Amino acid sequence: MSPSTVRRASIAVALALLLTLPLWIGNSYYINIASQILLWAVLALALNVLVGYGGLVSLGHAGLFAVAGYSAALLLDAGYGHLAADLGAIAVTLAVAAVFAVLALRATGIGFLMITLAIGQILWGIAYRWASLTNGDNGINVPTRPAPFGLSLASAGPFYYATLLTFLLAVLAMAIFVRSPFGASLRGTRDQARRMTALGYNVWLIRFLAILFSSFWAGVAGILFLYYNKFVSPQVVALTTSAEALLMVISGGSGTLLGPIVGAAMVVVMKNVVSAYIERWNLVLGVIFILIISFMPEGLVPGSVRLWRAGWQRIRGQTPRAHRHALHSTLEARGLTPSGQPERAP
Amino acid sequence: MTALAVTSLSKAFGGLRVTAGVNLHIAVGERRLIIGPNGAGKTTLFNLITGEIAPDSGSIELMGRDITRAACRRRAHLGMARTYQIITLFPHDTILRNVTLALLGLSPLRWNAFLDLDRQQHLMDRAREALTRVGLEAIAERPLAQTSYGERRRVEIAMALAQNPKVLLLDEPFAGLSIDERRDVQKLLAAIPRDVTIVMIEHNMDVALDFADRITLLHFGEVIVEGTRGEVVADPRTREVYLGS
Repeated sequence: MSPSTVRRASIAVALALLLTLPLWIGNSYYINIASQILLWAVLALALNVLVGYGGLVSLGHAGLFAVAGYSAALLLDAGYGHLAADLGAIAVTLAVAAVFAVLALRATGIGFLMITLAIGQILWGIAYRWASLTNGDNGINVPTRPAPFGLSLASAGPFYYATLLTFLLAVLAMAIFVRSPFGASLRGTRDQARRMTALGYNVWLIRFLAILFSSFWAGVAGILFLYYNKFVSPQVVALTTSAEALLMVISGGSGTLLGPIVGAAMVVVMKNVVSAYIERWNLVLGVIFILIISFMPEGLVPGSVRLWRAGWQRIRGQTPRAHRHALHSTLEARGLTPSGQPERAP
Repeated sequence: MTALAVTSLSKAFGGLRVTAGVNLHIAVGERRLIIGPNGAGKTTLFNLITGEIAPDSGSIELMGRDITRAACRRRAHLGMARTYQIITLFPHDTILRNVTLALLGLSPLRWNAFLDLDRQQHLMDRAREALTRVGLEAIAERPLAQTSYGERRRVEIAMALAQNPKVLLLDEPFAGLSIDERRDVQKLLAAIPRDVTIVMIEHNMDVALDFADRITLLHFGEVIVEGTRGEVVADPRTREVYLGS
């Protein structure tokens, strides 16, 4: 079987499993967990655009996620319908993201990280302290979930399918984006910004548009989160949310489509399922992250692929050296070690 | 007609003057060699010409058009391409993708977020053409990380040539190459048609002097000598700069 056939078959199996999940899970608690995984995966995919493809590590995405949630909640509270509230929330998120981008793109690397962290904290401060608008620590309740085309999303099953549809649209959008000329341009700015400028690219504008694209999907995830909980509070704007989203991306494998989804699944399962059995589940999560960073520094998905190939090579009688070479190549491909530069000094 | 005109160009980093009133007038199709000892300000001059750093004073014209205030990326669109002394490529991509990125930089397609880049046949064909010119078409699909230093030098030149520049700035294209690789690059540069004006910084006089129509000697950011090969070699100031008085 060719790799493309295996790939298509895997996608078909995954789709079939996702589409039939409420049928074989049955329990609405676990269906809700699946909805949570999908909505957090949308946020992780959005963040991955910047972290994985743009080389811009943001610690402020919870702010954008929450701006969408709060905007939709406030618009619903003001009497607007769900569609108008959701579209308005996305518009507000994009406007805030534009300001976010103009401020954050004054720097790259650690400077970008610190500015996004600061913006995230400002948004948290607004959510927490501007009580006349946000209701402060009490948050805002949304009485109902929408009922598109007359289909109520009030129960776990229909909401899961709405979330799944949104998730699949996000994955499709990311897959198209990554393969597009603009996606290649964004990766170019990650690897050699100076060279890209000399080649005629507007590096700043590419990054700005990438932040808007990422923020759009972060906003969509924020609206899903609002409808899932029917509630939004400053807790969601906290640094912890941004850090968790970043961990989802890094632990799953940044710069891959599947990595952030796997990362989101791992974090959500740990928070919701493992925490029911192990009181100190944070400790377990921490140990898992340390193990991932130690043995699969490129992330769970690319790391598993590498180990699978290494195991297969070992079965076929190839040497451990080939395994080390595979690790080195994978790390290089993820940009985790300096590479591609000449060994000889000019 | 003048392809590249640099007039009274100056730049200082704090108290250190790195470019001091440099004047260069390079005719269309000319091969100009910029020489000078380490620290003479050659690469800084290239960075000023390409717009990677802004001058303190002076002006730069490309094909009669003032580009002194034009952004670096704009200069690429106006017909200026360069290579770097320290190879600056995209290490996680294939050779073909590196050249495709160079082509994409000048194409409106670069903003398209919907098409599949690998299916843009016209871009791929042009990238392969550029690789054929530098003799790398056979390894076009090879990841850059698996190429030799000499091959990477040629990829740099292929990227610059792919953009069909009017003025090509080559920053030490022979640096770090073996004798065979140097000969290959020499042939490659000799094959570039005369409608492309070439300005080259090079320390390797064996290959560079044969290539140049005119030579400019820089020292402490100033043009000390300019002329033909014979004039520059015969000038006592050249010996003074390289050998001491």
